[in-house]
Amino acid sequence: MSENTLPPSTQAPGRPQVKARKARISLVWLVPIVAGVIGLSMVIHDFLNVGPKVVVSFLTAEGLEAKKTQVKYKNVVIGTVTDIALSEDRTHVLATIELNQSATPFTRADTQYWVVRPRIGAHGVSGVDTLLSGAFIGADAGSSEETRKDFTGLETPPPVTFGEKGKRFILHTDDLGSLDIGSPIYFRRIQVGQVVAYELAKDGKGVDIEIFINSPNDQYVLTDSRFWNASGVDVSIGAAGLKVSTQSLTSIISGGIAFREPKYSPDAKPADSNAEFKLFEDQATALAPPDGDPKYIRMRFNQSLRGLVVNAPVDFLGVNIGRVVSVDLDYDPATRTFPGVVGAVIYPQRLGAANDKLREQAGGGDEEEQTTRILGGFVERGLRAQIRTGNLLTGQLYVAMDFDPKAPKIAYNPKARPLEIPTVGGSFDKLQEQLQAFVDKLGKIPIDDLANNLNGSLIELQKTMKNVNGQVLPQVTGTLQQAQKTIGAANATLSDDSPARLQLGQAMEEVQRTARSVRVLTDFLSRHPESLIRGRTGDAAPGSYKGSSSSREIAPEPAQ
Amino acid sequence: MNGIPFARERNVTLCHVCGYVCPDDTHVCPRCESAVHTRKPNSMARTWAFLIAGLIFYIPANTLPVMFTTLLGSASENTIMSGVIEFAEGGSWDIAILIFIASVLVPCIKFLVLGMLLYTCQRRSQWAMRERSRLYRFIELIGYWSMLDVLVVALVAALVQFRGLSTIEPRLGILFFGLVVVMTMFAAMSFDPRLIWDAEVEDV
Repeated sequence: MSENTLPPSTQAPGRPQVKARKARISLVWLVPIVAGVIGLSMVIHDFLNVGPKVVVSFLTAEGLEAKKTQVKYKNVVIGTVTDIALSEDRTHVLATIELNQSATPFTRADTQYWVVRPRIGAHGVSGVDTLLSGAFIGADAGSSEETRKDFTGLETPPPVTFGEKGKRFILHTDDLGSLDIGSPIYFRRIQVGQVVAYELAKDGKGVDIEIFINSPNDQYVLTDSRFWNASGVDVSIGAAGLKVSTQSLTSIISGGIAFREPKYSPDAKPADSNAEFKLFEDQATALAPPDGDPKYIRMRFNQSLRGLVVNAPVDFLGVNIGRVVSVDLDYDPATRTFPGVVGAVIYPQRLGAANDKLREQAGGGDEEEQTTRILGGFVERGLRAQIRTGNLLTGQLYVAMDFDPKAPKIAYNPKARPLEIPTVGGSFDKLQEQLQAFVDKLGKIPIDDLANNLNGSLIELQKTMKNVNGQVLPQVTGTLQQAQKTIGAANATLSDDSPARLQLGQAMEEVQRTARSVRVLTDFLSRHPESLIRGRTGDAAPGSYKGSSSSREIAPEPAQ
Repeated sequence: MNGIPFARERNVTLCHVCGYVCPDDTHVCPRCESAVHTRKPNSMARTWAFLIAGLIFYIPANTLPVMFTTLLGSASENTIMSGVIEFAEGGSWDIAILIFIASVLVPCIKFLVLGMLLYTCQRRSQWAMRERSRLYRFIELIGYWSMLDVLVVALVAALVQFRGLSTIEPRLGILFFGLVVVMTMFAAMSFDPRLIWDAEVEDV
């Protein structure tokens, strides 16, 4: 009140001043303008930041929540699930994902999406963090040039992330066994890769397994590497004792594949990516020389095939060249018999060098023709299949092919498919035939006549015996008594005090004396041979005997 | 209308701050030295400006999330309405209604009432003038209660920080919501309720 006292005259210009201010645009309008600019800038920012939208179909929406579930790549959030709806046919769940602007690569046609949930399996535990945070969607961008809006989500995480270095290979096998996606691949018992996919072969006659070998170990996959199924435990009993071999505990439970190059592979090169290999049953077959293409043959046997089973070996001169694949019965209306038809596959390459030489000689034509011609030649020279006993205890049979020069000629039909190999009866069969012949001969012997004759003879014999008993025996008794008497007499004659014995003793003494006299005489004569002529002289020794017959013999001596 | 004379007719002006009755031609209050106007200067334009700014801010305040909660690893962002719906679906009707009133209803009422007041004043409408001024007082009164939401978020975000188990963070939406409240408060402040009564006389 004290300072500011304006004169009332200023009132008149004051009013126009106010009016002039009214006409001016107030600065306060800056506030809504700034607000508008902020809002607009946010809208534009958002608009620019809105990335592409993709729709991913999953089998189930388990763990997914609209506007909450995030999409992550390497644990970085790249988008959010904005909507979850059922597909029209209600078989799938369609999750709409709003990707960030920076995540445009994730619209490439080969991008993969999968739901990360806690997983506990033989290969390990994964996704534990999702136990607390809930599931999220994992993504892996591809490399394709094209982009897509619709994707099919994977049910399991892809085992190999995009851009990982290594090579993929295809394995062919008859059945999958216990292999699964993620099954390990071993090289010298070190895990170097895993199974990434499998599918039935296009013709349904096998399984194609796709494997991934991580770099740098992919260089060990050579063009002639052999893959085998390393699942489970191999137990073998040999001369060296019991041998158990496995790859690893994981592979026992969940299967696995191992590979190795053969010991001798001079010109093996590292295999190209997507090269195809065969998956063998086990290591032994895998590392065996390659069998080559099997050839199907058929044999007809007119005998029981009991004991011949599928997979029984087929021998050629003792070399295992194939196996039996089927054992069937046929009916032959002509003979009204049931011949057994045995189908087998043979691997000509198992003959090794022989096969090569045979093919050289067989001349041109494709392999099929060659094989037909070679076999034709063999059959002409007496090649016959025969069923033999492999094991006497179990009665296991095998098919043996041998040359039998004496075999009757059989027409060989080179056009027949499968090729037919003529057969001869088995070794046991022959034995059986011989036995049969023997038994037949036995059967031809007239046993009845023989028995009748024998009967007559026996009656005759009986009669004779009766005669012997009635007449001969009493006489024999008399004779024996006589003999006894004779022996008693002889006994008495020869006893010590019998006169005959005494006389014999005296006679012996007489003989002794005589012998002594003869000696004296001979002594005398040897000293005095002249006494034979002149008689005894004085100096001659006294002797009591005169020479008799012996003196004549001595006489010529002095004459000489 | 009811024969109460206007200050202008007595050639006096009321100081806005201390309520001192100044002579008509004063520009500064002799007692408290604040500027003296017969009416709040540029009231209508300012109110409109703040109101429009508030309305603009109200859009992001409702569309952007105000709160980010992580509870045992499950993270979620909530806007104001989604929070209300969540509480309602969870069975807490009372809390849901409270939040709804404080965060949605009150700002809306403020926009409507202020807009209506401005519109009627510009049209110099003489309809229900006493009720309209009562509405204005009501608006001024409830204005700052809308800040409740902002306070709650600020408090909770500061208190709930159990790393790993559960955390709550404020998000951009709450800033805009706060701006909405501030803007509406400014709008209410810059509105001069005496303009309601000016409709009775020809010239302002």
